[in-house]
Amino acid sequence: MSADALGAEADGFFDMLEERRRSSDLSYAFRSFNPLPYRGATDISASTLNRMVLESQYLSYVIQEIMLESDEPREMLLEEASALLDEMSQNLQLGFIRLLGYAMNKVFKSVFSSIHVNEDGLTRLQQAIQEYPVILLPNHRSYMDFLVLSYIMFTYDLSIPVIAAGIPLMGMKLIGEIFRRSGAFFIRRAIGSDKLYWAVLSEYVRTIVRTGYAPLEFYIEGLRSRTLKSLTPKLGMLHMVLEPFFKGEVFDISLVPISISYERVLEESLLAHELLGVPKPKETTGALLKARTVLKENYGCMHVFFGNPVSVRDLVKGKINHRQYNLVPRDLPMKPSKEMQEFVSGLAHTIIRLQERNVVLSAWNLMAVVLLQNLQGIDLDLLTQKTLWLRRLAQRFGAHLRWPENVSDSEVMSSSVSLHHSVVRCEGGRVYLVEEEGPGPVTQEEGVFKQAAAVLMCASYRNQAVHVFTRPAMVAVAMTTAASHRTDDIFHNFTFLLELFSNEFVVIPGQAVQDFEEGCSLLQESGVIGRSDEEIYVKDNGQETIIFLRAILQPFIESYQVVFRYLCEESSQTLSEKMFSTNIRSFIMKLLISGEVQSYECLSSDLHKNVLSALLRMDAVTKTKV
Amino acid sequence: LPLSLSLSLSLSPSPSPSLSLSLSLSPSLSPSLSLSLSLSLSLSPPLSLSLSLFLSLSLQEIMKWNGWGYSDSRFLFNKKGQAEFTGKRYRLSGLILPSLKDWFEGTFGANLQHRSPATPSLNLSAVAPPHLNQPFVEDLKAAGLSVSHDPEDRVFRAHGHCLHEVFALREGRIGRVPDVVVWPSCHNDVEKIVELACKHNVCLIPYGGGTSVSSALECPREETRSIVSLDTSQMNRILWIDEKNLTAHVEAGIIGQDLERQLNERGYCTGHEPDSMEFSSLGGWVATRASGMKKNIYGNIEDLVVHIKMVTPRGVIEKSCLGPRMSTGPDIHHFILGSEGTLGVVTEVTLKIRPVPEYQKYGSVVFPNFQQGVACLREVARQRCAPASIRLMDNEQFQFGHALKPQVSSIFTSFLDGLKKFYITKFKGFDPHHLCVATLLFEGDRGKVLQHEKQVYDIAAKFGGLAAGEDNGQRGYMLTFVIAYLRDLGMDYYVIGESFETSVPWDRVLDLCRNVKERIVRECKERGVQFPPLSTCRVTQTYDAGACVYFYFAFNYRGLSDPVHIYEQVEHAAREEILANGGSLSHHHGVGKLRKEWMKASVSGVGLGMLKSVKEYVDPQNIFGNGNLL
Repeated sequence: MSADALGAEADGFFDMLEERRRSSDLSYAFRSFNPLPYRGATDISASTLNRMVLESQYLSYVIQEIMLESDEPREMLLEEASALLDEMSQNLQLGFIRLLGYAMNKVFKSVFSSIHVNEDGLTRLQQAIQEYPVILLPNHRSYMDFLVLSYIMFTYDLSIPVIAAGIPLMGMKLIGEIFRRSGAFFIRRAIGSDKLYWAVLSEYVRTIVRTGYAPLEFYIEGLRSRTLKSLTPKLGMLHMVLEPFFKGEVFDISLVPISISYERVLEESLLAHELLGVPKPKETTGALLKARTVLKENYGCMHVFFGNPVSVRDLVKGKINHRQYNLVPRDLPMKPSKEMQEFVSGLAHTIIRLQERNVVLSAWNLMAVVLLQNLQGIDLDLLTQKTLWLRRLAQRFGAHLRWPENVSDSEVMSSSVSLHHSVVRCEGGRVYLVEEEGPGPVTQEEGVFKQAAAVLMCASYRNQAVHVFTRPAMVAVAMTTAASHRTDDIFHNFTFLLELFSNEFVVIPGQAVQDFEEGCSLLQESGVIGRSDEEIYVKDNGQETIIFLRAILQPFIESYQVVFRYLCEESSQTLSEKMFSTNIRSFIMKLLISGEVQSYECLSSDLHKNVLSALLRMDAVTKTKV
Repeated sequence: LPLSLSLSLSLSPSPSPSLSLSLSLSPSLSPSLSLSLSLSLSLSPPLSLSLSLFLSLSLQEIMKWNGWGYSDSRFLFNKKGQAEFTGKRYRLSGLILPSLKDWFEGTFGANLQHRSPATPSLNLSAVAPPHLNQPFVEDLKAAGLSVSHDPEDRVFRAHGHCLHEVFALREGRIGRVPDVVVWPSCHNDVEKIVELACKHNVCLIPYGGGTSVSSALECPREETRSIVSLDTSQMNRILWIDEKNLTAHVEAGIIGQDLERQLNERGYCTGHEPDSMEFSSLGGWVATRASGMKKNIYGNIEDLVVHIKMVTPRGVIEKSCLGPRMSTGPDIHHFILGSEGTLGVVTEVTLKIRPVPEYQKYGSVVFPNFQQGVACLREVARQRCAPASIRLMDNEQFQFGHALKPQVSSIFTSFLDGLKKFYITKFKGFDPHHLCVATLLFEGDRGKVLQHEKQVYDIAAKFGGLAAGEDNGQRGYMLTFVIAYLRDLGMDYYVIGESFETSVPWDRVLDLCRNVKERIVRECKERGVQFPPLSTCRVTQTYDAGACVYFYFAFNYRGLSDPVHIYEQVEHAAREEILANGGSLSHHHGVGKLRKEWMKASVSGVGLGMLKSVKEYVDPQNIFGNGNLL
């Protein structure tokens, strides 16, 4: 891959659609595909893979256990397992990749103005795929994510991955089957304590890794982020994936964090409505066809950043004693040890931090941050000025910003505004959030709902960038609330915020000191604060930044406060989770109407969920099954 | 004939020229010790020394002081740049090996122009003067024992064959060496020496064949007492053979090949054939828990011994009868087996013997890849039908073995070779970069051997194995004896390397092999080794529940300032990898000082404590202070 051929840009990105627009879709779909495979791979078919799972010693152990518990005969359990595997397993076929490639080529060329991919990332990935089993770990912001990745892999001769997908996708007529043959395998949502299902799934995943069948792709966040903010990782899949390494069945595993960002997300309005309690449409082929209108819009450019492959072996050094597996058969089902759970959790959080660090942000993300602090509308000039100020700050904070080259600032602003016509409009030099059009006179509640939908849509674009500011912003808040300038006091408040918000923002467990240090030093380097041996103080010209940073966190703080208030005032000692989610919404609605609460983000169901998780984690509430 | 010759020569004062003369007379693969014995007389200055001393000195005359094996046998690249193996002792001796150069340069990135020759001779001034315990030495002499503090004698017994030991010798660097060498000639001599050592508080280090690869013979740096090397080489007689019970009672200093030859003359064998058997001693086998190539028929050393006599500072330990098995508490033999010279000196051993087998047949099988080969060996073990020996080389070793093929004399043979290669790679579709070879050795009466052979080849066929002829098999085993010589050749051209081993359950064999080989490659890269290393393995023994795996690891060290240190770091990492993959600390090399740090983790703290308490009881003064194991 030479830079010229790919039309690489100065910072290592190239627009992969450029070449596609020059050639025909058909010749693209039928291009010769010669990936360099993993050198330790055993060449096996999808059906052999399934057979290996069914015949595995592990499954046989688990079936033995279930037989003892349930009196079901072995044959029946084996049949069940076989059926589960049929439901689950992928059936990757190059022909279907070509078909999908053909379709994607058409769609992507029409909805995106460009798809920027980092070239060196592709080169590193190609290298990594040959050396060790590779796990692709993209963030999950859109249904497009996995399609785009497979599309890129096909285009650049990289082994097509198999992908862990949610079972609703499978339910779609025809489409489900196409996905299956394009490498998707399907996992049920609520597995609970179904031992056999866990066994089949985990052995299936392990066999893929162990044999180096194909790169394995899954969303470490577990599901699509409705808020576009990183979700705290789910660990189950990662445990399964890493086990072959811990047991020495593979020498190493390369984890490749992938950061996907959309200038405009296809699902933007769906997301906001979902957060306000409007159920998401069921994934059906019919719904998909109806959604075609979405494809007529322009969604700007998209960025895919392939991060540096992370060697699990390097990370694990000294943290795990592999000899724990030496005295039992490796196939024997075993609970992961405590050290293992901690390691995997730390690793998962680290991966998400890497995704965040690499994610490419646009001018629009920064504009959204500013807009949310000016809901009543803001002069375009002022917006431009503040966005440019924020750009400098974000860059100091290490944000991965891409700013169009050779384009004036005002053009950047106006093109962003016009791309996001569903969120903002510019009238008479002033920029406002756009409220959905609807039928005539509305109730107060409906009015609030509409405003909230607009705010949440805008907030999702701020959320794409919020990780850049969280640590300095928490320091800013901690400095304001601390009893003194003493570092100890500020750190104390900081750790409280960190813990409280650890369902909201991804923080690596047990690294409060590092997080604090990071926040402080970013502020210090930006000239916002000064530090002495024991004290931290705001510099004279830093006040503005501190206020701005605090305002970024304000909606979160207010939301948490209002939920606390609800729990204290309104509810009895116990309440059901379902009741909670409906009651809290009307509680907040009232407060918004009365003006006691300002932030429309308080209505986000995601926040409510996170508050509960935080309180649960901090032992302020307890959860029981009824 | 040899004996009479030696006697006549022993009176002649002629120096070294007679060495070459007598050796050229030697007809057998092994040197006749009696021949070399004669030569030493002329070379050893103190004529007052007893005859037995000459023998031991003579051994060091015909062996390299800074490399492996016999002085007359070595690999070299001749003026034409072709490799050849000198001497007359081995099948390979005197032959040209046309492909070795290309393999050597290709594998290591070595170059015949870049030489790293060894110091030609031992610089005696580099040897520190002996720290003598005079009263002890005088008591020894008074007791009529052979003693020497000649620097060459001392240096020769100060090392085994670890890379760092040989590398230092080649560079002329001499560390701490024993201060005195003493040669007992029987059990009673040993008792006397140990008694005197206790009396005068000196440190005794037993020395057998000197083939240790665990730093076991290195003098502990912290030892302040006079260090005495107790060389058992003169205790080399077969004391009796019991044909009714098929046992032999042998002095522990006997060298493997001599024991086997002498028993053969009587129609018997022990069948114990470790790769080092040309030079290693019976006592050394006991002290390290040695394993023989043909253990599938004859067993390992612990299966072979019926009775052991060992002299300790507390006195003599032995059992009271020759019963084949006893239930008398923990088997005291197992305190001795593997004690690595920390408790005493093994002086006499009663061993099982067997009639020399009627028929021997080599064989070999080619597999499409290593996985298939391991699966086959596993199946052979499951069916408990392993031949006397079965070994599986990986692809790198297969290629290595190929590089050691001597020049073929006729066009016909080379045509046949070409045809074979064509059949395997083109017709059968084996990838030459993946295929691997198992070598086999069958023993027994003819009919049974042929039947057995068929059974094994049938199993092999199920795993895609193709019979590849007796010749390949035989060459495979011959290579195990010359491979150690190859390291010296490598060291002449900036290539250092070594082998190490482990044992591991069957289901982990493949994973362990892959991971250790990969770890070696990765560690070399990370530590700045400029060229990809040779990292290869073979499965050398099969058991019911697992296998023994042997690794060879070598690299070109040009451009490195401290190659030995890097070598050691990589080997250390490889051992960590072995342990992390469920392999043992050692299958038969022992622990010595090289692998001591992992002992506690290997046998548990309590286990180590048990061993320590035995040591404390048996040897409270730490007379046997070689510092191995514990």
